[in-house]
Amino acid sequence: MPVFHAPYLDYAALAPEIVLTGVVIAVLVLDLVVDETRKYLVTQIAGVGVLASLVPIVWLAANGHDRPMFGGAYVVDNFALLMKGLFLATGYVVLLMGTNYISEGDYYEGEFSFLLLSSVLGMVVMSSARDLITIFVALELLSVPAYMLAGWRKRDLKSNEAALKYYLLGVLATGVMLYGMSLVFGATGTTVLVQISRHLNGASGARQVVALGIFFIVVGFAFKVSAVPFHFWAPDTYEGAPTPVTAFLSVGSKAAGFVALLQLIYVGFFGRHDLWAPLFWVLAAATMTVGNLVALRQTNIVRLLAYSSVAQAGFILVPLAVVGDNTQAARSALTASIVYLLIYAAMNLGAFAIVIAVARKTRSGEVESYGGLFQYAPGLTVLMTFFMFSLAGIPPLGGWFAKFLVFRAALDAGTPWAVVLAVIAGVNSVIALFYYASVARQMWMSPVPDEDRTPVQVPPALAAALAISVVFVVAIGVYPQAFARLGDLASLVR
Amino acid sequence: MKDFLASPLTWTVLAPLLGMLVLGVSSRAAEVWLKVVALVTSLVTLGFGVEVLARFDYADSRTLQFVVDKRWIDVINSRYHVGVDGISLPLLLLSMVITAMCVVYSWDHFPEPRNPKAFLMLLLVLEIGMNGTFIAQDLILFFVFFELVLLPMYFMIGVWGGENRQYASIKFFLFTLFGSALMILGFLALYFKAGNTFDIPALVANVSRSGLAHNTQLWIFGGLFMGFAIKVPMFPFHTWLPDAHTEAPTVGSVILAAVLLKLGTYGFVRVALPILPGAARSWAPWIGLLAVIGIIYGALGSLAQRDLKRLVAFSSVAHMGFVMLGISTLTSFGINAAIFGMVAHGLITGMLFFLAGSIHERYHTRELSRLGGLLVQAPRMGWILGFCAMASLGLPGLAGFWGEFPAILSAYQPAAGLSEVLFRTYMVVAAIGTVFAAGYLLWMFQRTAFGVPREEFVDAHIHDVHPPEWWAWTPLLLGILVLGVAPGLLFHVTNGAVQTITAALTGS
Repeated sequence: MPVFHAPYLDYAALAPEIVLTGVVIAVLVLDLVVDETRKYLVTQIAGVGVLASLVPIVWLAANGHDRPMFGGAYVVDNFALLMKGLFLATGYVVLLMGTNYISEGDYYEGEFSFLLLSSVLGMVVMSSARDLITIFVALELLSVPAYMLAGWRKRDLKSNEAALKYYLLGVLATGVMLYGMSLVFGATGTTVLVQISRHLNGASGARQVVALGIFFIVVGFAFKVSAVPFHFWAPDTYEGAPTPVTAFLSVGSKAAGFVALLQLIYVGFFGRHDLWAPLFWVLAAATMTVGNLVALRQTNIVRLLAYSSVAQAGFILVPLAVVGDNTQAARSALTASIVYLLIYAAMNLGAFAIVIAVARKTRSGEVESYGGLFQYAPGLTVLMTFFMFSLAGIPPLGGWFAKFLVFRAALDAGTPWAVVLAVIAGVNSVIALFYYASVARQMWMSPVPDEDRTPVQVPPALAAALAISVVFVVAIGVYPQAFARLGDLASLVR
Repeated sequence: MKDFLASPLTWTVLAPLLGMLVLGVSSRAAEVWLKVVALVTSLVTLGFGVEVLARFDYADSRTLQFVVDKRWIDVINSRYHVGVDGISLPLLLLSMVITAMCVVYSWDHFPEPRNPKAFLMLLLVLEIGMNGTFIAQDLILFFVFFELVLLPMYFMIGVWGGENRQYASIKFFLFTLFGSALMILGFLALYFKAGNTFDIPALVANVSRSGLAHNTQLWIFGGLFMGFAIKVPMFPFHTWLPDAHTEAPTVGSVILAAVLLKLGTYGFVRVALPILPGAARSWAPWIGLLAVIGIIYGALGSLAQRDLKRLVAFSSVAHMGFVMLGISTLTSFGINAAIFGMVAHGLITGMLFFLAGSIHERYHTRELSRLGGLLVQAPRMGWILGFCAMASLGLPGLAGFWGEFPAILSAYQPAAGLSEVLFRTYMVVAAIGTVFAAGYLLWMFQRTAFGVPREEFVDAHIHDVHPPEWWAWTPLLLGILVLGVAPGLLFHVTNGAVQTITAALTGS
């Protein structure tokens, strides 16, 4: 009878997860005992807890070497650490954005923090997941709390719709993806990505069932990152969900989907780029174009940002579509995806923070309600202008560097298809400018719609969220070298 | 860090940035303080320009001077590499002078909705972008500065512009961005095809040493062409220009005409021609064709205008046509003329837009049919307008002549390999264009300045030139006169650097 050996656990490598789990439990328990009038304490503990989980990440990053566990199913390397940092930072900023929104809206505060942190924990786990089952578990851990958060404005029909749509389509996507995973497992006999990669390069790689498996997995994640034609849930969900949750979904949840995709593709399926690269080509081209064209017609700021985030996802997909045999080009593509995710997170969170701030006064989500914002809230206007034009990719704001790296990846691959995709991306960035600039136009050039020029009150937590975002957006645009170790991040490509 | 800050070139970018930050933290109400800060900033920046001018080694104008070459973005191999040679120097100086004069002119001319703080901040951001483009020797640095001017100009037109400002501003933005998107793809293609560098001198050397397939060159040149030609703007990409110029506030029009258009032509001379000489030869006949179409089209367009500012805007299309014709001959004669044309057009058309703005401010209209008798009501301004109109139509002895005449002449003998018959035809067409130019400019002058004032303005009190206007205009008027009398001053500076470009063009 085989003796059970406890697997080796590298507690240092797992420290961020352990700390965060502790904080999640603490928040849940604390919420039970804290008096109704002092719920803000719970949120504060949650915020401090997230920052505490960042400490071991910094330590691990300074320490350097990769730490694989469970036979390669769970790896803590530079890629994982950077993404964990991104998710924790996103979680922290969303907490800041939500603090006043949730308490003033008279929604459950403690549970909000608890669910948000649970979802962040799922994302943190996802960053290290190099195994089909781990990926699945992480995905469920990050999605299920998010389904509930989307319905947090429980007295609002739209919010109910948002949660239900998100839930149903999310479950459908998970089902499709699981089916794909089972096919891949059936063909290769393993769930660990590194070993799958080995099998795919060998005999089992040629089997038809692998192609089907990869197809289903990619489609499943295409739902998650709201790529066209699997994006239909996104605008409705984004509009109905509470705005901080929308920010969280459009940044954290989307980035988690991409992180999973990057790991699957670069670690697991890399050898079969002939299968997935054309798929991503179509997804990228369609996502950019449809997202942008539909965004042109939006009159609600949140729906506009929703379609904008669909279009941005298309840009992040571009590097995946151009990967070929060339390892150098693959590294360049992976770097582009990662950096795009980071910059996208900062500028999108910033834009949503402004939406929350302005809605505190106007009580409206229409783009028209931004008319004449410059006259009574010049600071917010300048910040929103930064975020909008950064999303549009105008130098010297951060977004240009992200777009630039995407173009670079496409031309590094150098194939005619890659160049065509780069041109499509170029044309799309011009189309996108139109709706981003239309927001700026409202703020700077239009009159105030109701002549109400009372200044907008920005609570300190929200101001902090704005400050974090804008510093990042400007700093990365002027001095991208701040990411000095970007070269190392492409460590997924062997 | 030390030589980064020791170079006056760095300060031509850093000084406006610091000034802008000071403006940013100043109170909106302290208007005088804001103006003083902006003025001091632009003058200090100009001071660094004068330092460059004084310490520049004119005997060696072909090599880059005041070079700073520092790490910037290692990940993409892009460096902070700046320097000036004989081609950049005059344009750099032009940009600084124009900005300073715009600050002076704005002193009591803030267009509605005023807000001097935001207006002056945008002006200084524009200066950062313009100066930076002229000193950048790295394609990515060049790109960032080239794009940096878009946002402030968009807001300047959109917030302070005329009736139709929202349409004009977004049109300007979209057109230019479309060009830049293709341009950046061209830059990237160069990077991967010519030795993994964005450094302009290194790219020139790499391509001339190891060559680049002609087809690849043609495609890359096409990308760069779109970026630069839209900025110039060349026919048929010029349609953003009349709208943007007409709607922009006076200072915006001046900057747009005097400096921003030059970013496009400068791009051709600095980036497209030297790096891709082979493609330049294949493209040259087409560029020449579009240039002469632009000359005739711009002239005819000007003749058809009823609005003073729109007329000047269309005349810009024609004048930039001459500049592009000079460039398309690929001869040192033509390119020298083109650079002269850029500077002359900057001074003259800048002045014409200043005048159009001042006339509009006094009469509250720019309709030529309602104007008249400026010489009666404001004789000094009338004569200045006459002077500038003469300079613009290319009267010998004033700056405009030296940009236009040699450009036409250079088409008589284009570079080896280009069709002489074709370019001589261009020459004839361009020469006819100068006749039209005389026509619309004289007609414009006649309608605004001669005759007696219209009845509606007879009793209006029309101020003659104000002190701030004198301060802002005198340097430009002197420039037009001095360069007209002694063109050698400028040709002497540009020639050396132009020779190296044409050597590369004929070399391979």
